[in-house]
Amino acid sequence: MSSFPWLTTIGLIPLVGALVVAFLPASLADRAKQIALGFSVVALLFTVAAALQFKVGSNLQFQFQEQHSWIGQFGVSYAVGVDGIALVLIVMAAILVPVCVLAAWNDVPEIGRRQQTYFALMLVLETFMIGVFSATDVFLFYVFFEAMLIPVYFLIGSFGGSRRQYAAVKFLLFSLLGGLVMLVAVIALYHYGPGGTDGFLVQKLTGLKLDQTPGRLMFLGFFFAFAIKAPMWPVHTWLPDAATEARPATAVLLVGVLDKVGTYGMIRFCLQLFPEASKWATPAIIVLAVISVIYGALLAIGQTDIMRLIAYTSVSHFGFIVLGIFAMTSAGTAGSALYMVNHGFTTAALFLVAGMLIHRRGSKRIPDYGGWQRVTPVLAGVFLISGLSGLALPGLNSFISEFLVLLGTFQRYRVAAVIATLGIILASLYILLMYQRMMTGPKPDAAAGTPDLSHREKWVVAPLIAAFIVLGFYPKPALDVINPAVARTLQYVGVTDPVATHPAAAEGAVK
Amino acid sequence: MIASLSGLTGLTGLTGLSGLTGLPTEFVATTIDYGAIMPMLVIFATAMIGVLVEAFAPRSQRYVVQVSVALLGLLGALGAVIVGLDHQGSTLAGAVVMDGPALFLQGTIVVLAALSILAMAERFDGVGADAFTAQGASAPGSAQEAAAVRAGATTTEVFPLALFAVGGMMLFPAAGDLLTMFVALEVLSLPLYILSGLARRRRLLSQEASLKYFLLGAFSSAFFLFGSALLYGYAGSMNLGVIAKAIGTQSGMDGLLVPGVLLVLVGLLFKIGAVPFHSWTPDVYQGAPTPVTGFMAACTKVAAFGAILRFIYVGVAGSRWDWTAGLWAVAILTMVAGAVLAITQTDIKRLLAYSSIAHAGFVLTGVLAFDKVGISSVLFYLVAYGFSTIAAFAIVSMVRDDGAEATHLSQWAGLGKNHPVVAGAFAFLLLAFAGIPLTSGFTAKFAVFSAAVAHGATVLAVVGVLSSAIAAFVYVRIIVLMYFSEPAGESVHAVSPSIATTVAVSIGVLMTLALGIAPSPLLDLAARSSLFLP
Repeated sequence: MSSFPWLTTIGLIPLVGALVVAFLPASLADRAKQIALGFSVVALLFTVAAALQFKVGSNLQFQFQEQHSWIGQFGVSYAVGVDGIALVLIVMAAILVPVCVLAAWNDVPEIGRRQQTYFALMLVLETFMIGVFSATDVFLFYVFFEAMLIPVYFLIGSFGGSRRQYAAVKFLLFSLLGGLVMLVAVIALYHYGPGGTDGFLVQKLTGLKLDQTPGRLMFLGFFFAFAIKAPMWPVHTWLPDAATEARPATAVLLVGVLDKVGTYGMIRFCLQLFPEASKWATPAIIVLAVISVIYGALLAIGQTDIMRLIAYTSVSHFGFIVLGIFAMTSAGTAGSALYMVNHGFTTAALFLVAGMLIHRRGSKRIPDYGGWQRVTPVLAGVFLISGLSGLALPGLNSFISEFLVLLGTFQRYRVAAVIATLGIILASLYILLMYQRMMTGPKPDAAAGTPDLSHREKWVVAPLIAAFIVLGFYPKPALDVINPAVARTLQYVGVTDPVATHPAAAEGAVK
Repeated sequence: MIASLSGLTGLTGLTGLSGLTGLPTEFVATTIDYGAIMPMLVIFATAMIGVLVEAFAPRSQRYVVQVSVALLGLLGALGAVIVGLDHQGSTLAGAVVMDGPALFLQGTIVVLAALSILAMAERFDGVGADAFTAQGASAPGSAQEAAAVRAGATTTEVFPLALFAVGGMMLFPAAGDLLTMFVALEVLSLPLYILSGLARRRRLLSQEASLKYFLLGAFSSAFFLFGSALLYGYAGSMNLGVIAKAIGTQSGMDGLLVPGVLLVLVGLLFKIGAVPFHSWTPDVYQGAPTPVTGFMAACTKVAAFGAILRFIYVGVAGSRWDWTAGLWAVAILTMVAGAVLAITQTDIKRLLAYSSIAHAGFVLTGVLAFDKVGISSVLFYLVAYGFSTIAAFAIVSMVRDDGAEATHLSQWAGLGKNHPVVAGAFAFLLLAFAGIPLTSGFTAKFAVFSAAVAHGATVLAVVGVLSSAIAAFVYVRIIVLMYFSEPAGESVHAVSPSIATTVAVSIGVLMTLALGIAPSPLLDLAARSSLFLP
């Protein structure tokens, strides 16, 4: 089975699903969502099957490799493959899509073309997400990176809230600006590389002897795009708008998966292709990351819109992820990779549960709630668990990754780590304050008779909470695949972990 | 005087061959490779036949006959281009050079012209081509116009006119000397001036467009001629190959060379609508009948860029250090101004006009690579842009409000709800203009920027991507209008087109997709066609 084109298959299944859903005959139009769910589940099954074949001890950087010449004149190949980091992100995406389809079940109630378009766009997006994480050709990565914007743009713009036009355009323009700047770097990188008909392969571009100035400029081109995508302060402003105007399921895919492309790109491209420039830029990036952590958390505390609040928590969390990546210690970078997965699940739960609340109350404003745990206790409980995962409670998933990030950062940048730790305290403030305002207090009269979680909604949150607990107590399978990939990346950068002052700390870092 | 006469006719075989003096010594009959010039002969012959059809065919059948003749002629010309692959070389005493780029561009022009003819032939429910009037000088719906129709005036003469323009366009990039190039310029321009003035609706705009285009075009032709004269003074010949040789050997006459090059470039840059020679573009694109606008945007641009490539790469590249800075400035201005000014437009045709200006700037970055890769990237870009733009204008001509074209942007609101297919096709073309991956627009942009970066024009590529980002806002705004806004009124709708427009739009959209997903064959062809013969 080693030659089976796993990644192409996983990527094609949702694409086929999208076409089927989009062009359903009228007689089957009322089955659109079931069919969409079916295709996303099949994609998930294939993903799991592929993940089980992944060999942890392999000495290749990428597994499941496929390579075909695509545009030979430009040096472009259709080349895919995954390392541990890409694999866990693909698995996360494959889990989140069916969850989101299920969560979006009644987003477009009227049966017909509009509903079909909605689900077809989500499936197309899944194809692009899998493509972007599995591309091992820089050009191919760029193609997915940009093409991904279009379905999201339509998902926000056609199906979002009242200011959806503004949010969709802002999202697209920010992303396009970053992407186009990166395009120049992509082009230049090819010309500094060995060239030829497969000159865009990551393997061929790794370890180039770049001159200082062009190397740094190209690094900045890539980093700019990824920083917008991630998003980091000060180019984060599109995220709160996009997240609050999008449907919750879209917001999940956007913040939970798409934004990971930014941080994933930093590991795969910034660190691996431009080691010298990465080290050169690290101090500035650490500062920006710490600002993101604190700034995102402070603004989250101040929000009165639930969706914006969650979006700002993500800005803070992305700050942690970037911090861990550029700490360039095995603990920090591995923590970041794990954080990406955890953040995906946590944000998904927060957005989706908030979406369920908004659906019931008809408002995104936190002051419009209060005392809801007396009306919908299960919903409140689920919301609390998601929130606790967001504030990195020990025993839930985020704790381990956040801890690893801070630990890894502390080994090299003590001040930054200490300041970033404040982010954890602020996190409990924004989560618990939100919970307190929305859920505790006297029973609201207006909300009387509001139904608690339906069966469908329980199926939406169950996998996410299961993920919290599994990754919270037993993250080893994920870390086992992440660690070799991180080690290899750090080897490309040419850094080694600083010698720990206390042996137990060093040992804890790798676990 | 004698020398310039011999240059004019080109047939006496003396142009520039007798060295720097250019004076004829004895009469030598030139050899003509008819196989090489066959594509142009076919087109001109077809256009003549069109004139005869106009004179002799009964009025009721003229439309069908004219469209068939035009399409058959274009098909024949395409065949002749393919045959011409074996007839490469300089012919007609150096007046015409059939080489890779010339053949590639001629093939492109022929194919794009065929699509344009299909779009022009759209009748909707009428008896003649819908976009045109039988008498450009009259007011729409006036007694004067009715009288002209009664007297037998029809709109079918647009087809031979278009073919004459096509003939000129095909000669333009194949011209081996500046005078032939000038003649081609005039042959392609004059029919366009007339075609621009023949819009059936909004006649005043159309007349204004025609007049403006004619006056400014005449000015630019004068610039071109003056530049040619200076270059003749410098090199003693109009022949581009001779000029190139002179640049290597002649010294101390830069006072003629540099102004000559710049003036010729002004004439050529005018045709592609480069800033600051662009001011005619929005007015003419807006006023001309929409299918003609598509024809101009695609085919004229292909021909003019072909001429620019030949003039620069064959003729004056040797002196480029003296004038590239100017061309850089033009390219940067064109990209930025085209993109920025497009933002403020409220008329879809004007908007596409400014977009075409920005695209001209992108193509110029490829020209400025001064390398074979630059040539092939420009060739590819022209094909990609041509297909998309013809389809885009064909769609514009389908969106109607009470019979007239709904060109104001606000009228496009909510089009996606009522006409998902039309709006979807247009949105896809807009994404291609914006350069989103998996469309031809992205591949084309990548090609020119890659050529620019590889040959020391990274700054141009950076300006290019930033302008692309600005331009993207423009295109995205139209998508917002079509899809995310409520319909402005009930009266705006997309008319069901006939088979002709359907074919033109479908081919345009399919090529836009195909060149985004599998551009290799065309890139390969462009690369193999990128060698200029002197």
